[in-house]
This record gives sequence, C-alpha cells and structure tokens, in this order.
Amino acid sequence: MKRREFIELSGKSIGGLLIYSLAGEPIVLNAQENTVKVPLRFFTEHEAKVIVAACERIFPADESGPGATQAAAMIYIDRQLAGPYGTDKYRYTQPPFVESIPEHGYQGKENPQETYRAGIQKLGKDFSELDGAHQDERLGAIEKTHFFELLRQHTIEGILCDPMHGGNAGMIGWQLMGYPGPQMSFRGQMGKYNGLAYRTAPQSLAQVLRRHVKPWEDEERG
Amino acid sequence: MQSLDPVDVVIVGAGWAGMIMAKEIATRTSLSVLVLERGGPFRGLAAYAEEMDEIDTQLRFRRMESAAEGVFTSRSSYKDRANPIRQFGDYHPGTGVGGSSEHWGGTSPRFLPEAFTLATHLKELHGVRKLPDDLTIQDWGITWKNIEPCYWRAEQMMGTCGKAGNLNGEKIEGGNIFEGPRSNEFPNPPHVMPHMPVLFAKASKEFGYHPFPLPCSVLSRNYVSPDGVARVACQFCGHCAFYGCMVGAKASPSSALLPVLEKTKNFKVRTGSRVRRVVHRDGRAVGVSYVDDAGKEFMQPADVVMLSAWALNNARLLMLSGIGAQYDPVTGKGTLGKNATYYVHSFCDFFLDKPQNSFMGGGGMGMAIGDFSGDLPANGAAEGAYRGGTITAPARGIGPIVSFGRIPEGESHTNWGSAWKKAVLKWQDKSVVFLCGSTHFAYRGNYMDLDPTYKDRWGDPLLRMTMDWADADRKRDAFIAKKATEIAKAMGATGVRARLTTNRPPGTGSDHSHGGTIMGTSPETSVLNPYLQHWKIPNLWVLGASAFPLGEPTATLTIAALSYWAADAFIDRYVKRPGELA
Repeated sequence: MKRREFIELSGKSIGGLLIYSLAGEPIVLNAQENTVKVPLRFFTEHEAKVIVAACERIFPADESGPGATQAAAMIYIDRQLAGPYGTDKYRYTQPPFVESIPEHGYQGKENPQETYRAGIQKLGKDFSELDGAHQDERLGAIEKTHFFELLRQHTIEGILCDPMHGGNAGMIGWQLMGYPGPQMSFRGQMGKYNGLAYRTAPQSLAQVLRRHVKPWEDEERG
Repeated sequence: MQSLDPVDVVIVGAGWAGMIMAKEIATRTSLSVLVLERGGPFRGLAAYAEEMDEIDTQLRFRRMESAAEGVFTSRSSYKDRANPIRQFGDYHPGTGVGGSSEHWGGTSPRFLPEAFTLATHLKELHGVRKLPDDLTIQDWGITWKNIEPCYWRAEQMMGTCGKAGNLNGEKIEGGNIFEGPRSNEFPNPPHVMPHMPVLFAKASKEFGYHPFPLPCSVLSRNYVSPDGVARVACQFCGHCAFYGCMVGAKASPSSALLPVLEKTKNFKVRTGSRVRRVVHRDGRAVGVSYVDDAGKEFMQPADVVMLSAWALNNARLLMLSGIGAQYDPVTGKGTLGKNATYYVHSFCDFFLDKPQNSFMGGGGMGMAIGDFSGDLPANGAAEGAYRGGTITAPARGIGPIVSFGRIPEGESHTNWGSAWKKAVLKWQDKSVVFLCGSTHFAYRGNYMDLDPTYKDRWGDPLLRMTMDWADADRKRDAFIAKKATEIAKAMGATGVRARLTTNRPPGTGSDHSHGGTIMGTSPETSVLNPYLQHWKIPNLWVLGASAFPLGEPTATLTIAALSYWAADAFIDRYVKRPGELA
C-alpha cells in the first residue's frame, strides 16, 4: 500500500477569519498560530508543495487580500484529483484521440492525474524553493499548456468552492468576493439593493442546511 | 432478451415532452402508460437543496448524463472528420425523471406566429430568388390558431409569469407588443427586477424601444395550476439553471406534473432503463428494447411507442432502429436527420460601476425587448439577415466560480498573478451580460447521421452532427449584437464587447438542438406529420424539439405546447380510430 502522505501547513495561512468591508479591504482577524497536518489523497508531499507554490503565484496573497495558500486551494485540487474527476471516470475516453478546434474542448488521452504528474515535473524539483520571480518565469514558460489551464482553473475553484471540497478555507474566497454562499432565500433583498452591495457573512452548504453534505469526491470513496 | 408484460403506450424519456403526454393520456383515458427513463427517480426537494454546490452540480455535471457513456460527435462540414464531445461544455444533458426540464432556467417566450409558416412567409416577403439557395426551412404544418391554445395550457401548467403585450390583438404597453396575439393574460405577474434589468428598461425606453418582462416559468407568487398542483413562489436563491429547484417554484416535470401522475393508476415510470431500439415489424412498432443499469436487456411490448428522448436522441433512435430514409446533404434526398438546427444566441458583455449582487436571481428572469424580432426592413445592416431577434437583460443568479475573472479588455495582460487578481477584485460583481437570441434557419448542409467511428458504452454508433453557420446567421447575429451594445453604452457601461455565437462553429455541443425528425406537410420532406405522428409508422410518435423545422433560442414552451397539441390528436382521434391522422 502507498505510504500515506501529509503536508504541514501553517495554521496562520489557512482559514483565518475575514471580514469583508464594502470598501473591498479584507482584514484577517483571529489567525491561529499552530500548524495543521493535512492527509493527502493524491499528491506526494513534494508535489503538494509545488502545487501550493504554483497556486500562490496564480492567485497570490497581496495588499488586495489573501491568496490561494490561505484558501487551501491545493487541498481542493488534491481531493478532486483523487476523486472520479481525476481519473476521467465521467469523460468520454474512447479512441481515436484526435486534436481538433478549441471548441471541441480537450481531446487528449491523458487524464487530470496524469496531466498533473507530468506538469509538476516540468515545473522542476526545486520549484517550491525558488523566489516568486523565478517561479513566475517557470509558470510563464508553460502558460499555454493544458496543465497550466487546468491548474489555473482549479486554483480558482479551490478558492471559491464550498468548503466541503477542501478549499475556500474559512470561506476566505467567498468573503473576498462578497459571495454569501448558497443561501436559501434572497426574497427580502431582491430588488432592494439596486446598485448597492448586499454583503452578509457567508455560510457553507452544511451550515445552511444544518446537515453534512457529501461531495462527489467523497461519495466515490465509499 | 426478457420480454415484459405489454402496455398500451410506452414513452421514452421523462422530460417535459414525454411527461406532458403521459399526464394527458393517464388522466384523460384508461390506457396504461409506461415511461422509460434512462436516469434515476426524482429525489425530492431536499436532494435539490443538497445540490446547491457549484463544483459538483454546475462544473462537474454530477446529476447529468455521464459524458463517458458517449454523447455525440460534431463537425462543420460533411467533408470534415467529426470529433466526439469528450466532456461537457455548452451541453448539459439532464438525466433522471424530469430530464433537462429539471435544471432548465424557466425562460418561456412563445415563438412568433409566422415562425410556424416561416418558409412560406419568407418567400412571400422576399421572393424565392432573394433567399439563399441552400435554405431548407419548411412550414410546420400547423398555424398560430392551432398552437396558441396549447401555449396557453403549457403556461397555466407551468404558472408562467409575465405581462401580455398583445391580448387578442390589442397592444398593451409594458408587455411585448411585438408578440403574437394571446387569448389570455399570463397566469402570474412578472418578477421584481434587480438593478441591471431596470437600467436596461430605462435605457431602451429612451431609444424608443418597448421593454417587457421576459416570460418566466419560475413562480412570482404562490400558485395552484388548473391540474390542482400547488407550488410556492421563487426565493431568488440564484441556483436555477443547472440546478433542480429546492422549493419547487421552478416549473419542472417533478414539480408540475408528477403530483398529478402519482395519483393515477394507469401511469408508471421505470427508471434506469435506456432504450436502444424501437422494435418494428411490417410497418408497425411493436415495442422498444432497453438495457437496465446492470446491463440486462429487455423487450417492452406496446401498442403505441412515443419517443421523447431529447432531439438528438430521438433522431438517433430512429436511425439505430432503421426507421426512415437517412438524409443526404449532397443529393438532398431522405428526411431522417434533416434540418439540424442550433440557436443563434450571442452575448454582449459589459461592466457597470456599481455592484450587482449577481448571486441573486432566477433562471428565466429579466427584461427584454422585441423591437428587433421578426422581419427586418431590408436596409443597412439588416440586409441579408432576413429576421431579427430578442435582446434580453437577464437576472439569472450566478455562482462565484463561473462568474469569476471577468474584467474589461486591457485591464490585465495576463490571466494570473497579482495584477490580474487586483483587476478581478476591482470588477468583481460589476460584470453583466445581455443575451441576443434569434432564429437559426435550416440549411442543406446541416444535418445528423450516425458516426462511423465513435460508439457509446453499449457499442451503438454515436450521433454525428454536421453544422456550420451561414451568411444570414452571421448577419443576423451581428445586427442584434450591435443594437445590444448601443443600449449597454447608453446605460453608462464600460468595456462593452459583443461575443458573437457565429464566430465559432456551432454543433460542438449544446443541449439547444433541434430538428432531425422534423414535422411537416408531406412525407417527401418530413419525418412526422403535423400531429407528430410518424408518416410511415402510425403507432410511432416523436415528441420534442426534434420536430422543429428551424431553431429558436428558447424551445421549451414550444416543446410543451406541441406535446399538448399531439396529445389532443392522439387522445381525441387516434385512440378512437387508430391509423394515419394525416
């Protein structure tokens, strides 16, 4: 059996409580100091570190607010890749595989797991130890690849997904975007905030429904 | 293959088309009706609430048909090689009881009266010589007088919200004065409109246009249908198109028809049953064969077979069953697979300076103008476009991932990194869109047949879609998009940019597909007679948008109306005297 891999993340970097102000200035409060050990489902520890670093360059923490690391986007990607999506369980994979116009979408044979394994190698063993400028250089070199396209899309998903998928830790992404989560009703607000932002503390699906909801990637794990 | 107990009527597919027919037959006759549905049962409103998750439901298509099973292939010309749809993009095929009618948005406009006789109409207006040679649109074989009462029944069943603009010929401001005459006001009033559609209505009025609330089958108030089905008003949760409605406010087969069907004794739905063939002998259908989830094959005998498996699947089932002559784009002979159409549905993207709370709303909500719908004057940009279309300012409700990253052109030179992130945050929730929809004419080269290479999970060839845009489509698209950009600019928008549908090849994957088994006035030119009965096999009926001889942007209400139309013909005439109705 494969050795179980973990990644140690600083608690400071994930899930701090954030308040979205209308001026668009996010403030981190109540950050924890301890580290957390997160079990990995697909990535090796080294791969996870590369992905953390790459996601952070795609959506970095800066003066505009927290970034992909704080939202734990890598955890989301790790779980998606380990789930049915990662092995193309629901993609049409019958040959022949022939390239086509972009409108036909990805027509390749590689599944997302394979694309990530190969893509991470291209970024180089030392990727996570490089400084930001050098990391950007390497990412710039693969900007046009299918791997980068997936990584960029998954980074966004990992920041803005429901927390049950492993990303959007502390609903940081939703707070940054002013998204309130899957609320049951906006009947009281519809048509009353014309041109004004209606912002409320986000709630996850499990919080709204007051019950645990199993995401697809967990369902497939049994 | 195990042969099952015979039924009177077997219906393939539990979407709007089939479930309306099932409900009419089960409540108005004593015939036994069995609906075979490839997907699972209706899982209830609580399950729909649990699916308010953008990743699984909207991006991974968890509740839709699996692309792995084989969807269809597409190409632009009969000379090209087709590629399969490997993962879903614009194509969102529902599965399970209700089908795609569970996750549609509820947009419910009627077609214009002349759409049903458009071939004759255009010839009279422009003369045969001025029309493109390869145009293959033809009349439906029905008229407004036939379909209007059926539209009204569909609207009452769904509880459609809106404001009439033409009541028995009387034009009413505030509604769409360009619509065909309605016999009744809408069953429910329009919705409360958010910021952008309100601005759109104001700006359009200043142009002299006539904004109206887009007809929408998501309830604006609590409602009881003539069938006695009670549903509650929409909560504007923003999880509408792509999602099942967690309160049942959106009209769907599960919310509007199932409560009636469940009370009848002669109706049954059998899920996990994927029909592969219509079995026929000596010019009569004798039943269907299907495979269950475990791969076991069954023969379901029936006196009458009705297909309502979605447009492309209807056509494919007839092809796989060897029913009818395959259309050939070179000779123009054959009718099966003919007149494949899509929809011309371009976008006008722009940005407003104020937040829009775009996470609120509901699928079909919004304001629209019909000033450019129907015939266009033969001048300027309109020349060669023949027909116009509708411009809609929607209030659909949209999730944070699919709406992410919309920034005006030139705001960031990359699509990642700090500068890009700041631009995204600056424009977050300020990005809006107009939808411009118009007719897709049918052309000689646009058709469906079976793919020679790619097969589905059970070894049957996939359907192959061959389709390209024509000059008239491009001109129509560009004309309407231009009008939309003018309105956006007048609203004080920045970054206004039209995204034309016709810039990319069609048929690469949309659920808005029509044709293939078209209805018409002659067996020489159509597959079905005007009652949706097969010309050659009188006990075979084909329901849904596969019967449309042309494409319109929003087909659902017309699909529903046609099912009522066909149900009357079946119940009032065919059941009494089985045979050819035309």
